[in-house]
Amino acid sequence: MHKGTIHNRDKFLGNIADKLGRERKTNVSRPDWEHQPQWAVYQDHTRDELCALFHKNSEEKGTHVLETTMDQLEQTIVYVMETYGGAPMVATDDERFKAFGLNAVMATNDVHIWDAGSGSASIEQAKQANIGFLFSDASLAESGTITQFNGRNIARSVSLLPTTYAAIVPKSTIVPRMTQATATIHKHVDDGEDISPYINFITGPSNSADIEMNMVVGVHGPVKAVHIVVLDA
Amino acid sequence: MAMKIGEKPFFDRVDDALDDTFMRQSMANAQDGLRGKKIAATEGDEAIGDWENWRSAGEEIRRHTLENLDYYLEQLSENVAKRGGNVFFAETAEEANDYIQQVVKAKNAKNATKAKSMVTEEIGLNEALSEVGCQVHETDLAEYILQAEEDDRPSHIVVPSLHKNKSQIRDTLTEKAGYTGTDQPEELTAFARSQLRDVFMNADIGITGCNFGVAESGSVSLVTNEGNANMVTSYPETQISVMGMERLVPTWEDLDVMVNLLSRSAVGQKITTYVTNVTPDVGPESVDGPKDFHLVIVDGGRSKALGTEFQSALHCIRCAACVNVCPVYRHIGGHAYGSIYQGPIGAVLSPILGGYEEYGELPYASSLCAACTEACPVKIPLHEQLIRHREIYVEENYAEKSEKAAMTAFGIGASTPSLFKIATKGAPTFAKPFVHDGSISNGPGPMKLWTKIREFPAPGNENFRKWFQEHKKGDSRNA
Repeated sequence: MHKGTIHNRDKFLGNIADKLGRERKTNVSRPDWEHQPQWAVYQDHTRDELCALFHKNSEEKGTHVLETTMDQLEQTIVYVMETYGGAPMVATDDERFKAFGLNAVMATNDVHIWDAGSGSASIEQAKQANIGFLFSDASLAESGTITQFNGRNIARSVSLLPTTYAAIVPKSTIVPRMTQATATIHKHVDDGEDISPYINFITGPSNSADIEMNMVVGVHGPVKAVHIVVLDA
Repeated sequence: MAMKIGEKPFFDRVDDALDDTFMRQSMANAQDGLRGKKIAATEGDEAIGDWENWRSAGEEIRRHTLENLDYYLEQLSENVAKRGGNVFFAETAEEANDYIQQVVKAKNAKNATKAKSMVTEEIGLNEALSEVGCQVHETDLAEYILQAEEDDRPSHIVVPSLHKNKSQIRDTLTEKAGYTGTDQPEELTAFARSQLRDVFMNADIGITGCNFGVAESGSVSLVTNEGNANMVTSYPETQISVMGMERLVPTWEDLDVMVNLLSRSAVGQKITTYVTNVTPDVGPESVDGPKDFHLVIVDGGRSKALGTEFQSALHCIRCAACVNVCPVYRHIGGHAYGSIYQGPIGAVLSPILGGYEEYGELPYASSLCAACTEACPVKIPLHEQLIRHREIYVEENYAEKSEKAAMTAFGIGASTPSLFKIATKGAPTFAKPFVHDGSISNGPGPMKLWTKIREFPAPGNENFRKWFQEHKKGDSRNA
């Protein structure tokens, strides 16, 4: 990847240092913060309790939650397909569909698997789709939030353009809150790893209260949301 | 249009606002609703522990970041460039607009979509792009409505169209966009969705603000509910993000704290529907992401606050919690401030960014009740900064002569015990000609502005010093 350009930096930062009454700093250590309330939230919750919390908080945001087992997952997916309008449908190009035994049900029901090589054709498929299927990478109990580490194959369009997004949420991905997810990302950065170009925390269907403060669900993103919690842990 | 709203003098704008009954009622309703939600999601949410501890955490992060701003901005820019993004540091609005115009012209771009961003309002980006033949489509529902209205401006940092009711919105969309439905918010919103779908997909440029830059990875974090920011950052070939230079955090761990403070304080949500984090990964292989990325970092007068008593005003995360508790905003609404930044934080920031000549009267739009300071999730001492602005305004000769004379007289009186005694003892007598039914409704000199809007209680016959002396003696009447 080529390096991008940086314009006017030295003069700009020199002015800041002047105003702060010192020389430019070239090395700063982030302090150990005195206040870190985030780590105490749901600290003592068991995985079952966090799962119940994720369920409750997803529903609070208008998300339809289904709990299922690995054995019943395929059946649950079919139920979601029938309930939310069926084809056209789209799914991310994610190896976990195979690992969770879902390739057959996707193929049988004519779900378009995102094809980065086809470029805008896949975007068009997502735009037309009633349902977009995807996996959550980290699931936040506190708020009923799913997280996607998007990339070329785990496409953002799948959770954004269809009328309904249906996220498969392995119970093992549920953590207390954003704190644990961002700590993981911070560690990746610290270890010098590349992070996903598009890390998306998504909490239910899109909404707005811009007209006289009335809550309206379904603005530019999906109108409906489904979280399929798989009891894998 | 940039930062300034309207041409009338401050007190004329206040008069206009006081005559607008709908606007005042909707401001009151919105304040009550937003404040109630905020309280439930902050002090009222036992699960997150002590909210004061969260506020202290926010203050700590913001203070450290601002004290080391040059270091973290260098780190941010280096990391953006490392991943193929371009960074432009703009000292002024003009420099920012010039750079963005160059990018747009080089791509021969004709259409841009934009997610809600106060800093692009501040620099007047829409007008700048219009000059080079590129039309900017606002996509946040409130901004879409204001743009359809033509020349209408935000009246609230978080809910910019707060001053419009649904019938006005229906009429505007009917006249300007061919809408044929009712004034139901669901129907109006569905219309905006259908109108903007293709606009999103066909835009050449996507423009966003930046809630927080993350220095350690070169990321831009966007905190939204509607999904428009996701559309704007996914389908145009070029993304341009504009950030105020202070809007960053050192790491992803710090982002967690700030997003929590922002979501809960702004709209009473545990987290907004979308927290979208873009770290440039540009190149021809990108499918549903930009192939070219530009981050424009704007000073725009912010550096004038660094190293001064106003430095902590730059800790602001634009949640509008201070706006939602301000009794003055409740009565005069957003447009009366004459700035895109309203309420207590607007009255502190606007004179810093735009100067005292233009915005020096705004710090007087406060009762100094300190509700703003208590509400601020990062503990900015807003009411103290408002007082300091007033002092500077008078010291630097911006104030009207009558106020200067009053201030000077008060200064002499207050620093001379005998004069102070005479003044406080004599107040009931001096005020007598103006008192009717126990209050003053048409006061003289500096009281004039107050009594234009509300009545002033007549001075009591017993002053505080006298009451205190008697209380100290343990007089049973005062127990």
